[in-house]
Amino acid sequence: MKTPGPNFRDDMRALTDARLNFGPRGAAMTTKDALGFALDHARAREAVEAGLNLPELTGALTRLGLDHRVVTSAAANRETFIRRPDLGRRLPDGDAASLADLGPVDVALVLGDGLSAMAVALNGAAFMAALARRLRELGLGFGPVILAHQARVALGDGIARALGAQTVVMALGERPGLSAADSLGVYVTHLPRTDTQDSARNCISNIRDAGISVDDAADQTARLITAMRVTGQSGVALSQAIAAGALPRSSP
Amino acid sequence: MPWRGLAADGPLERIAAQYCLADVALADFLADVMQVEGDGVTALILDQHDPAAFAPVAAMTVGDFRDWLLNPATTGEDIAAIAWGLTPEMAAAVSKIMRAQDLIAVAAKIEVVTRFRSTLGLRGRLSTRNQPNHPTDDSRGIAVSALDGLLMGAGDAVIGVNPATDSLPDYIRICEVLDAIRSQLAIPTQTCCLGHVTTALAAMSAGAPVDLVFQSVAGSDKANTGFGVTLAMLDEAADAVAGLGRAPKGANLMYFETGQGAALSADAHHGMDQQTMETRAYAVARRYRPLLVNTVVGFIGPEYLADGKQIIRAGLEDHFCGKLLGLPMGVDVCYTNHSYADQEDMDILLTALAAAGVNFVITVPGGDDIMLNYQALSFHDAGFIRQTLGRPPAPEFESWMAQHGIGAADISLPGLDVVLAQLRLPAA
Repeated sequence: MKTPGPNFRDDMRALTDARLNFGPRGAAMTTKDALGFALDHARAREAVEAGLNLPELTGALTRLGLDHRVVTSAAANRETFIRRPDLGRRLPDGDAASLADLGPVDVALVLGDGLSAMAVALNGAAFMAALARRLRELGLGFGPVILAHQARVALGDGIARALGAQTVVMALGERPGLSAADSLGVYVTHLPRTDTQDSARNCISNIRDAGISVDDAADQTARLITAMRVTGQSGVALSQAIAAGALPRSSP
Repeated sequence: MPWRGLAADGPLERIAAQYCLADVALADFLADVMQVEGDGVTALILDQHDPAAFAPVAAMTVGDFRDWLLNPATTGEDIAAIAWGLTPEMAAAVSKIMRAQDLIAVAAKIEVVTRFRSTLGLRGRLSTRNQPNHPTDDSRGIAVSALDGLLMGAGDAVIGVNPATDSLPDYIRICEVLDAIRSQLAIPTQTCCLGHVTTALAAMSAGAPVDLVFQSVAGSDKANTGFGVTLAMLDEAADAVAGLGRAPKGANLMYFETGQGAALSADAHHGMDQQTMETRAYAVARRYRPLLVNTVVGFIGPEYLADGKQIIRAGLEDHFCGKLLGLPMGVDVCYTNHSYADQEDMDILLTALAAAGVNFVITVPGGDDIMLNYQALSFHDAGFIRQTLGRPPAPEFESWMAQHGIGAADISLPGLDVVLAQLRLPAA
């Protein structure tokens, strides 16, 4: 029987990231593989349970020339947030009132913890700064970056309404997978309402050092915002409008 | 902020509810429990009810029924004989006053055997789905994961891929890749691309090698609409796949997945609890005499099943209720990273399900599904149950393994690259 060549693991790993078995067959997972799995799961759990590191985030935003405000969803703590997604989508009245005198703005910028504060810590401030530069070039107004604790995607809708914004960009940590616990996701929604459906959002996923770069994500976000302001649509409806020729050819 | 839903507010209220439920007559569940005008699943449930099969338990309360099920004098054959007399609501009700050991003990009595190229569900055996998913549906990426499992004896229930896209060309290509592996290695198993039923219909029209038609189903018309599926579509697909003639006469040709919380997450539960809604999905499944049914028990997230204890409980409930209604029930023993669960909870659930006689479980390389981003069982985990509890796979597959030395201690198997190089896969 042919012995596997020296590069066969590399060859197989080029085909898939699946956790293929290169150990003995018919036995338990090797100690190395078992501990590797446990380590990746521990990373994912840490990312889920972590909160926003406010001193670091606000320091980074200030250095990048961005003002900020802080809100917390109706899910007051991590445990409630995990078990009650509905509360994580709702902005308490007091927090909404505190934002009212900051608007109106064209675009609301929100940075939420979501399910991985680690992703926000790594790339959140840099993404907001990259997007802010592009919005200034487009002549679009935005207020302070809203840092949101215990935030699900739809929390951005209430923040946008409180700020009188037409478009909301919600950047937040995605649910960690076993292979990556640091993915930032960006959801862009035009004319958000209290009952906006997910199908009315455009999403850019997998923003991390080993995925989509902050600059690429900011470019895509700025193009989406431009297209939304031309068509008045976002999400599936935006795709349909673009397919129907609602935009000039040079647009996205 | 407390939940103001159906759940009990505290331990005493929970037990009070169980006392009340134990005194409800089984026959009371023959009324339209959901009370939604025109729901097709309700109509199906009432249509399926067989009064003659129900007769032996017709005078019982839910509590009497639990005692009858657990009575050593009540055999698996006795229980199988009433399957079409029971409604999903009766099964869900009795499960709510049963402990984990009750759910295991009764399910272990019931043997539900189905057949295609392998014979599944025989007492004392445990089958596996080999799930070689890939984030971009790459043909060789799928193949190498499938081979990894096959070399560890996984895949006698089905080799089944969840496609990353739902495009027809990809669906057809995945079917061809899986069929190439199965036919070239002469494996006594079946293959399945778990795309949407409408994609399966189009692929069958185009001549794709479709062994099994798959669909996710739920317990109300509204929830099934959320999946983009109607009973009429399933009827059409069941006829179409039977017409292909790929299976021996009388074989079972459908595969369904379910999971507690699916209806609730689509706001299609009509005020009913998630477990009863789950069990109603089994009425849809059993209409088609499926080869395979499994609950994807921990996939939906902690807002529906919060932690390992709840996932374990739900897995045992779903398996019991499915078996009670006559289904060839399997379980995807799994969790997501935002649940309070880990691989140790999966070990416990797998062991409990093996004791309960689960027909099959789902296995992926190293327990990590890199396409759906959740953790299921590994090929190794199935090996653990085979060694520890002595649960061989389907007899035809067991012979195939023996023929190739798979699982034998004294034979060294070829490497993945060697086997992959020998396969003739369709062009990407």
